[in-house]
Amino acid sequence: MSVPTNYYLLLSALLFLIGALGVLVRRNVLVILMSIEVMLNAVNLSLVALSAGRQVADGQALALLVMAVAAAEVAVGLALIVTIFRHQGTVDVDDIHLLKG
Amino acid sequence: MLDYVWLIVLFPLLGALINAFFGYRLGRRAVGAVATAAVAGSFAVAVGVLAGLLSLPPEARSVDVTLFRWIAAGSFHVNVGFLIDPLSAVMLLVVTGVGTLIHIYANGYMGHDPDYARFFTYLNLFIVGMAFLVLAGNFLLLYLGWEAVGLCSYLLIGFWYQKKSAADAGKKAFIVNRVGDFGFALGIMLIFVTFGSLGFREVFEAAPAKLQAGGAVATAITLLLFMGATGKSAQIPLYIWLPDAMEGPTPVSALIHAATMVTAGVYMVARTHALYALAPFSSAVVATVGAVTAFYAATIALVQTDIKRVLAYSTISQLGYMFLAVGVGAYAAGIFHLTTHAFFKALLFLGAGSVIHAMSGDQDMRHMGGLFKKLPVTGATFVVAWLAIAGVPPLSGFFSKDEILAAALHAGYWWLWLLGLVTAGLTAFYMSRAVFLTFFGESRVPHEAAHHVHESPASMTAPLVVLAVLAAVAGAAMGGFSRFLEPVFEGGAHEAAPDYLLMGLSVLAALAGIAVAWLTYIRRTISAEAVAARMGCLYTWMQNGYYVNELYWAVFVRPIGGLAQWLATVFDAGVVDGAVNGVAILLGGLARRLRAWQSGYIRRYALSVMVGVVIVATVALVMMRAA
Repeated sequence: MSVPTNYYLLLSALLFLIGALGVLVRRNVLVILMSIEVMLNAVNLSLVALSAGRQVADGQALALLVMAVAAAEVAVGLALIVTIFRHQGTVDVDDIHLLKG
Repeated sequence: MLDYVWLIVLFPLLGALINAFFGYRLGRRAVGAVATAAVAGSFAVAVGVLAGLLSLPPEARSVDVTLFRWIAAGSFHVNVGFLIDPLSAVMLLVVTGVGTLIHIYANGYMGHDPDYARFFTYLNLFIVGMAFLVLAGNFLLLYLGWEAVGLCSYLLIGFWYQKKSAADAGKKAFIVNRVGDFGFALGIMLIFVTFGSLGFREVFEAAPAKLQAGGAVATAITLLLFMGATGKSAQIPLYIWLPDAMEGPTPVSALIHAATMVTAGVYMVARTHALYALAPFSSAVVATVGAVTAFYAATIALVQTDIKRVLAYSTISQLGYMFLAVGVGAYAAGIFHLTTHAFFKALLFLGAGSVIHAMSGDQDMRHMGGLFKKLPVTGATFVVAWLAIAGVPPLSGFFSKDEILAAALHAGYWWLWLLGLVTAGLTAFYMSRAVFLTFFGESRVPHEAAHHVHESPASMTAPLVVLAVLAAVAGAAMGGFSRFLEPVFEGGAHEAAPDYLLMGLSVLAALAGIAVAWLTYIRRTISAEAVAARMGCLYTWMQNGYYVNELYWAVFVRPIGGLAQWLATVFDAGVVDGAVNGVAILLGGLARRLRAWQSGYIRRYALSVMVGVVIVATVALVMMRAA
């Protein structure tokens, strides 16, 4: 008995929302990065679900691509965060505003 | 020869340029020589032009010489083109001839002035402008010359600009002229709107067809043109600049404010006679203003003590006679009086200059007297001019003035004729008064000045003699003069039988004026002081020009000055600068508010992104639904 695609999409939407809220609400930079990961994975879920529902491989291939990109992005992001921490001594996003206009 | 007419303009232009750029390097003598040679050259060409015209049959004496196309904008074409006919030939001869004599005189008169190069530059420039004015074949070129001579008048009146009264007088002349020119410009625009062209030939030939005789358009055009003439030719109400213009050097007063520039208005009315013929109301206005101004100015001249002021008001008065003539349709008579007036008025001014030179700069006739013995040539020529302007036969002034009065009477304007006759008497009186106070009687010259009184050098006295001869004999040329101008005015020359009664009355008026002056200032039978005391207030009013200057100052100058002051301080500083600065402040405020967006807070940015995504997604969804 297969699960209807809609359930997957709903879950994906919920996960995306949770991730988005995390980005907006949390103050720790690392947690924000993790929330971004959650958002990316939510998208992955939706891609795979739709691809399975249509019996087509395109979505799953794209999901693999997204995972690769997510990994690269995390690497760079962590490097940036470590440098900022070395500089400012804090990972609180509200205290990092040197680029203000 | 007629094709070389442009040389008349070229010579003085070159003279002006040479003197302007190299004047101080050339030295006094050379500068004067260059300027005089230039004008003399123009005179020679003018004589050639006259010869060229005379070689043509009378019907063909109207030649167009076009130099180049000036403006070609759609249907609006104006060429730099000259119209050569008897009228312009006469004007050219007067301008360049009298101009040459005055240039010769100026060599001597301005001999000690440090700014000689500037003086002769401006003088030559004036001749250029005047030549353009009288040669112009269309209204725009006429206006160009008109403004050019107005500019030169300003420059020359205020020649000694370090003196405040001179600088003010120059400004006054220019501004008052501009008021008149405003009307002139409107008239020209109206002409273009009505005729579609500004060329004299096109306009005058089309006038009878396009304009309804006595109609509103014709009247409007001619009245507007006359407004310009009242400014340039110092008639009521725009004459007030001329007495103050005496601040300029005497050669300037002689050339510009007696012989040539001020006559431009008369020339203009004569030139546009085809239009005035279609507007009898305007012609009547011209004649009336002329006659009234003649009388009015003469009354002021009666009581002036500055010799140049007497001559200034006299000029205004004589110009009134010329306008009376052209107003009643006697165009040839008006132009003839213009010519004779040029001779004797220039002579009077140059003679006055000679006297002032001898008096070390004093112009007050109350400090003169008995100068004839010490200044024989000046005195003798001055006497000739005096008799001419007074209208004593057989000098030229009698012929020209009488012709005007006869024309006025025969045209039906007996009240203007009477005004003219009375003015003739007044003219004789005030000129005689001036002559007697200056040259005859006991000397009232103060001691220190008396030693310096000597006759002027030949460069100054020679032109006086030439002008005296012309002033004396020019009357004989009247018949030929009228015949020469006939083709221009289409039979406007009235060759009426000489009215001996009128002539007798004119002579009587002249002799009466001279006699009363003689009794008052030589025989002392009548006491000038007693008469002045009896007249009381009126005398003071006449001396001060009926306080018209003060009236204009209060009614026009003060309010406009106040408006200008308000505009400069409140409007310009407040509103205009406020608007400009306000824009800057507004932008600054806007920028400050926008800057808040760039807070540097990452969460703020993330929120913006999210909001944007939501909006875009909503819009996309709605549009997909609609589709």
